[in-house]
Amino acid sequence: MSEALAADLRAALSPDRVRTNATELGLYRRDASNIDGSAAVVCFPLTTAEVQAAVLAAQRHGVPFVPRGAGTGLAGGAVPLDHALVIATTKMNRVLSVDTVNRMAWVEPGVLNLDLTRQMTRFGLHFAPDPSSQQSCSIGGNVANNSGGPHCLADGVTASHVLAVEVVLSDGSVAQLGGEEPDVDGLDLRGAFVGSEGMFGIATRVLVRLTQNPPAVKTMLMDFASVDDGARTVSAIIAAGMVPAALEMMDQLCVRAVEAYIHAGLPVEAAAVLLVEVSGPVHAVEADAERIVAIGREHGAGTVRIAQDEAERALLWKGRKTAFGAIARIKPNYYLHDTVVPRRMLPEVLRQVYEIADRHQLLVMNVFHAGDGNLHPLLVFDKREPGVMEHVHAAGEEIVRASVAAGGVLSGEHGIGLEKRDFMPMMFAPADLAAQAAMRAAFDPSGLANPFKVLPSPAACGDAQHVPEGAWV
Amino acid sequence: MIDLESFASAVGAEGSVTISGLGTRCGGIAGVRSVSAPSGIEWVQPDEMIVSCGAGTPVDELVAALAEHGQTVALPAGGTVGGALAVGLSDVCRLGYGPVRDVLLQAHYVSAAGDVVKAGGPTVKNVSGFDLCRLLVGSRGALGFLGAVILRTRPVPQHSQWHRGDCTDPAGVYPRLHRPTSVLWDGTTLWALLEGHPLDVHAEAEALGLAPCDGPPPLPTGSRRSMPPSAIGSVEGTFVAEVGVGVVHHAEPWSPPERDARVVELARAVKAQFDPTGRLNPGIDV
Repeated sequence: MSEALAADLRAALSPDRVRTNATELGLYRRDASNIDGSAAVVCFPLTTAEVQAAVLAAQRHGVPFVPRGAGTGLAGGAVPLDHALVIATTKMNRVLSVDTVNRMAWVEPGVLNLDLTRQMTRFGLHFAPDPSSQQSCSIGGNVANNSGGPHCLADGVTASHVLAVEVVLSDGSVAQLGGEEPDVDGLDLRGAFVGSEGMFGIATRVLVRLTQNPPAVKTMLMDFASVDDGARTVSAIIAAGMVPAALEMMDQLCVRAVEAYIHAGLPVEAAAVLLVEVSGPVHAVEADAERIVAIGREHGAGTVRIAQDEAERALLWKGRKTAFGAIARIKPNYYLHDTVVPRRMLPEVLRQVYEIADRHQLLVMNVFHAGDGNLHPLLVFDKREPGVMEHVHAAGEEIVRASVAAGGVLSGEHGIGLEKRDFMPMMFAPADLAAQAAMRAAFDPSGLANPFKVLPSPAACGDAQHVPEGAWV
Repeated sequence: MIDLESFASAVGAEGSVTISGLGTRCGGIAGVRSVSAPSGIEWVQPDEMIVSCGAGTPVDELVAALAEHGQTVALPAGGTVGGALAVGLSDVCRLGYGPVRDVLLQAHYVSAAGDVVKAGGPTVKNVSGFDLCRLLVGSRGALGFLGAVILRTRPVPQHSQWHRGDCTDPAGVYPRLHRPTSVLWDGTTLWALLEGHPLDVHAEAEALGLAPCDGPPPLPTGSRRSMPPSAIGSVEGTFVAEVGVGVVHHAEPWSPPERDARVVELARAVKAQFDPTGRLNPGIDV
């Protein structure tokens, strides 16, 4: 069957953009999660018409298809199951048009997040969502996962920055959802599509909203003798009516790992560090920075380091953004989690995270978007140690449960994919899941668009459930 | 605290039913049995920037309650919260505050089957499952009737001032403003709502030759048109255009362009999934 599908695709695309050899298929059997699948064929369309042809070929052969961007997803959303066809949009990577006055651009899904921002710099603009993977993740992937990032505190996640998507639906038809006009009549299908994790169709063009670069920026680092003091500072800043551009926290283990890696003079004795950035017009930035420092001091901040120039600002951000790389100095493997809790619950949930990791004899580091309560506990381990994976998975599930029990949610920006599919009932009752399954059925009645993800059985009516290797279910 | 069970039994599971709030936007469907959503504010959490209330709560009551906490919400004034969300049209501050669809974080609604269903989650950031909240905003009660909601709030700005100046080319002025809350243009005059630190607002207005004024101009009510923001320069007649957004308030009536057939088909497929017998707000085409 795979050979017939591949032959169809070679005829419709071009032979060199359809791959079936074992080595290449091996590269596409997983994304950045720990979950393995298996691809039957991988193809690289260049145009909307070629994506249509690929989807129609999958339909003809009754083979599921998995849209794939850069493969940086952490929840297994791009893992192909049951010998699916992988449709990789990486070669569709052009910025098609830019309206610098009204600040919008049509781009293809394979454009990399940071490349888009770099291309917009000369217009004084940027694309606001900035996941830590922004150097390598694609706009198509951002759309599929409704991605976030440190600067989404003030500006919102991807859904707030996508004005329209041209999509290829599972029947091979093309539709433009949303548009340059602000209020398209009828249902907000664009809004429904963003975050649909490849299960509603494939985005082939995206109209993104661009954001003005701020006239002034102030970035500062405050250190605290306890994680609680840092977390309470976060709540107090928001309660005071300020929304900083970014409000990030790192705990001691993380600061030490980063400092050993980049030598930025970070306070390695502190229990927690807050990285706060305010941006906007000059007077607002000055006034907010002053108030934030005062609030920090009231909550026991020790030293306050304010970046004196762009180089120092870049260094402080480098500390935040290279945290995951720095961890390799401690243990070879890590499992990155992603949950959200109400800000006021941060001290309590962080205490539980440390307690859970302790009980499972795992190291945990916290580096996260404190401003919107988006936790990213990193379980650090060496998978060669016997039995360690069981503890990693058990601790992970307990962290997710603790977050939901504290009034939080399963995921803030990574998505559900396969990783958290079977945790959905922690948050949603059967009727709630049935409503989400109804959305999916309307967009993809065939059930061939990236099946088995997001919705647990029996909500995913058409999808036969599948438990891949590496999943924690 | 918000009584969703009584609301669900009022909606029931059979027969045509419509919902109305204060009748500000269009009211319910004439001749159809009508229900109302519960009202009342459950809590305000300024340190989380969220509020929980019944969908029947008047927007003005909600805004007044939030003001006591230094917060506000990006919903158009008047009518009920549920009505504002179900219609989904923003007011002239959309440029700065974002569209109505970005406001709804969690909804409990009553489905066509008469069940209470939850969409979204209570935190400001959440990608757990498909984004049903965005589908509900602007769905005009065709997919379910909103009962209780959690909304994203925002701090009331320190200083807020409308300005005006002569202007024949908004595309020349608009890019020079930093994140204005609203910019309106009627062909010869430009109005800008500037907010933030008073010194910044003053400096920006001065640099662009804008003078403080009492407020925005009255908006023509013949039609509310939606077009690419790059097209407002060619609008003729009596109008006030939202610069950078593309909403044009025009004195003359207007019919929107035909929607793409596949998009209409998709929207109707969603409706068929959520309300197979078409009992909710019958006659509303999604």
